[in-house]
Amino acid sequence: MYNIMGEGIIPKRIKVANQARCIGCYSCMLACARTYYDTVSLKNSAIDIQTKGGIEEGFVSIVCHACIDPPCSRACPTGALTVRKGGGVVLHKDLCEGCSYCVDACLIGAIHMDAYGKAVVCKHCGVCASYCPRDVLELRKVGENGEEIMDIN
Amino acid sequence: MSDTVINSTSNVVYIDLTNETSKLVQRPDMFDRYIGGTGVATQLLDEGFREDKDALDPEAPIVLSIGPFSGIYPCCTKAVAMFRSPLNGELGESYAGGRIATAMRFAGYDSIVITGKAKRPVYLSLHDGNITFKDATSIWGLSSTVDVGKILRDAEPHPGRRSIIRIGPAGEKGVKYANVNVDTYRHFGRLGLGAVFGSKNLKAIVLSGDEELQIADKKDYNKQYKQLYYKVVNTDLMEKYHDLGTTVNVNVLNEINALPTRNFQQTYFECAENISGENLGDNYLIRKLSCAGCPIGCIHIAMLKKLFSNSHDVEVSDIPYDYELVYALGTNLGLTEPEDVLELIDSCERQGVDIISMGVVLAWATEMSMKEKISTDETMGVTLKWGDLNNFLHAVDLITKSPNEFYSALAEGVAVASEKYGGQDFAMQLGRLEIPGYHTGLGNVVGLTTGVRHSHHDNAGYSADQKAFKSGLSDEEIIDQLIAEDDVRGVLNSLVICLFARKVYTPDAIVDALKPLGIEKSEEELDRIGTEIFMKKYELKQKFGFDLDNVKLPKRFFETVSTNGIIDKERVENALEIYKNKRGF
Ligand code: SF4
Ligand code: SF4
Ligand code: SF4
Repeated sequence: MYNIMGEGIIPKRIKVANQARCIGCYSCMLACARTYYDTVSLKNSAIDIQTKGGIEEGFVSIVCHACIDPPCSRACPTGALTVRKGGGVVLHKDLCEGCSYCVDACLIGAIHMDAYGKAVVCKHCGVCASYCPRDVLELRKVGENGEEIMDIN
Repeated sequence: MSDTVINSTSNVVYIDLTNETSKLVQRPDMFDRYIGGTGVATQLLDEGFREDKDALDPEAPIVLSIGPFSGIYPCCTKAVAMFRSPLNGELGESYAGGRIATAMRFAGYDSIVITGKAKRPVYLSLHDGNITFKDATSIWGLSSTVDVGKILRDAEPHPGRRSIIRIGPAGEKGVKYANVNVDTYRHFGRLGLGAVFGSKNLKAIVLSGDEELQIADKKDYNKQYKQLYYKVVNTDLMEKYHDLGTTVNVNVLNEINALPTRNFQQTYFECAENISGENLGDNYLIRKLSCAGCPIGCIHIAMLKKLFSNSHDVEVSDIPYDYELVYALGTNLGLTEPEDVLELIDSCERQGVDIISMGVVLAWATEMSMKEKISTDETMGVTLKWGDLNNFLHAVDLITKSPNEFYSALAEGVAVASEKYGGQDFAMQLGRLEIPGYHTGLGNVVGLTTGVRHSHHDNAGYSADQKAFKSGLSDEEIIDQLIAEDDVRGVLNSLVICLFARKVYTPDAIVDALKPLGIEKSEEELDRIGTEIFMKKYELKQKFGFDLDNVKLPKRFFETVSTNGIIDKERVENALEIYKNKRGF
């Protein structure tokens, strides 16, 4: 169901497609954290829903932009973040030493550290999108260089 | 494991405002016995009960509780508040959504018990395990509840997933039906929690948490979550709340003669269409929001645009609306324009009052004034009449300020006001609580009279009436349904789910969803706990002085046609006897 990367498979990336539709339900965050951690939390989610200036002003979804030349990867001194096909990075948890240089390197704030000193970064798997009730988030097919591939059926 | 993992789901924190101290106690046995939420809160309120101490005594506790499902499963977004109500002197119970349940969950607090009285205005900041008492003198006296949230949002660290609950001018001044605003658009609305906050010099509570919770069987949990989630979003069980929201009821209830109009003199409002959910949804709705952890998005926000000069200067405000508000400040006051209803909602929101109570109080005062039972001496020049927005706006303001005896009486609720000034026959209260917007028949009257907090959410009498209307139920069958609902809801409110999701959380679904949390309870056991909680609440009500035999039934109920025709008083009295027999009272 989700985007498991392998040979010959078209890479995908998560995209905040319709920000203004967000109702602030956190279903995406709960889903991401639930999928990759053994606990229930909001903080272990790679996507973060924030209010800009309070709940009256609507929401912003902060999630990895799938950079083609990711500064977070370049900032990582241990090689824990390798460049991912289609944009973004792959985290090798065993190599992550918790220095949080990547956190500083990502301008949009898409990385944070978990309680165990490991980076939390998006895998572009699309679980969050499958739990978004308003189609704010979409999992899109991209080429190796991150260009979007249109589905022509 | 790291210390950021919550290691208990029975954490009760006791906060003493007088001495600025707090103490965390784990009470697993109590949570096992009463599940959580309202069951646990009832027990905690009972433990804090002191003979001869009234609702606004410093020692009177405020209890806030979540339950095992809070923040864990979809639509389990509410916290319950329990307290002694300053409005009717007995059991105070109220629910609010927004971000409060998630904030309590991830801060690791299952219940919060607040007693005492601060020396000067304070607000409480609860972040993860830390509790701080902070000076609130500079925000005491602010004219709008909404602004309090804006200021605290900037003043407090830990941005993001916080819940900010606060009172407005009405709570500070002790209006007996002052509410507590939760995250701007939700409220602990009914029965006057705001006045209890005010009496403790407690202006606000900022709650936030970023901990994580261990689940006994994570794999099964993920499965249960998924099933419940898709039941919520892919079936039509909750569609009505998502689409037009609760205001869909304006037209629905109007068509079946259930829509209280001009203080229940009619149950049909000729201008209903104009302030209906359809019109609001088509022409005023600008946004929907959700409580944290609910994919429905039932919070409907309208935009009110007001010109304030002849040169296109506009004032824009975002105003939440719901069925009960449109009834209380719209149909029941004879307001016909959506703009007028929205503006009156906005003014009540700023003051921080329960809008149902305010609407009923204004409706009674308007009828009194039109019948010339009160004069403009009492109203200080305000001429109350149906459909007249400006005078209602003045009255709302004056009720909070209470500059004379009349407005002070209005600030005590419609029961007290009508005892002083007359018009009890049309002072629309039951159990000394202003009633919600249904005149469906016997089930509603009996349900509100007998319900633990005299609310339509106790046992949904209006829904039994609608069934009776469609397919014919005997009075006894209606009573059976009320009793069953009252008990079931004791369980739902202990878990704590949002009642809009009650069709998703069927008994078998609840049993299955409890398992991965390490809680084994059969359907029969849950039934038994539901009844036990109900009985415990009634015991507490009696300690507070409630007596079912003394409830006054305003005459108006028996004069105005309902969905099921004119209700006969003797029939209601008879039904109350059946109810008492069945309950063993
Ligand atoms: S985490 Fe930030 S820097 Fe790294 S690839 Fe994503 S958006 Fe780019
Ligand atoms: S795409 Fe996957 S990893 Fe990224 S935020 Fe969504 S659920 Fe988390
Ligand atoms: S699931 Fe969708 S609507 Fe809900 S918070 Fe996430 S992005 Fe917003």
